Amino acid sequence: MAEPMRIRAALQGDVADVRILMRHPMETGQRKDAKGDIVPTHFIQNVVVTHNGRTVLDAQWSQAVSRDPFLGLRVKGAKAGDTIVVTWTDNKGDKRTDEATVAAAS
Amino acid sequence: MNHLRRSFLAVASGASALVAAGFVKPRAAEAATWNKQGFEAKAYNDAIKGLGATNMIESKDISITAPDIAENGAVVPVAITSKIPNTRSISIVAEKNPFPLAATFDVANGAEPYASVRLKMGQTSNLRAIVKADGKYYTAAKEVKVTVGGCG
Repeated sequence: MAEPMRIRAALQGDVADVRILMRHPMETGQRKDAKGDIVPTHFIQNVVVTHNGRTVLDAQWSQAVSRDPFLGLRVKGAKAGDTIVVTWTDNKGDKRTDEATVAAAS
Repeated sequence: MNHLRRSFLAVASGASALVAAGFVKPRAAEAATWNKQGFEAKAYNDAIKGLGATNMIESKDISITAPDIAENGAVVPVAITSKIPNTRSISIVAEKNPFPLAATFDVANGAEPYASVRLKMGQTSNLRAIVKADGKYYTAAKEVKVTVGGCG
């Protein structure tokens, strides 16, 4: 089972600065294990971010994204208390959804 | 962007009845179809073709934030900002990677034309940003020198 994401969304004016840290091996299919066998590809292919239920970012990734991926985006017109939901899907069909609340500017 | 719109429409027609009936909580929207042709292309030109990015226009309105020299090719921080009006998607291509197309970000509903991510790079190469806006493709590139490749 995939581990939870860490999501931070902080307001800067009317823009929410969203930072997401996912936990995923992101295997390229080029790496060999200790026995010399190729480790099969295993990577996140799709990430969908919604703001109050509306899709703001729909990302498609290859195995070139680093292990434990970081994703940063900015959402205009956000307010404190808004809901950010992030869902990723990998090439094995695993999924993980987490949500966060937009925090007021500090 | 068409594919996003299409999948949205498909979902809207198929799932709205379920949502209305309260069976499905409208949490995560349906993801766009993974661009198999682009992502599985091994040559730069094929990756560009897979994106459908013909007749790219060099643009100074795209800024690429990435290190000049990346000591560790396994973690290269890259941020792309587009100042082109009506930017709908941003793609990142590491020209000399085994699979050059690294990521595509479709932005909508108030997301700024900006994306930040960390990539693996196999060797020193141009990082190319390709921005789709109003059906046209704009591009900019920045060279990143990689000391230790990150594809092994």
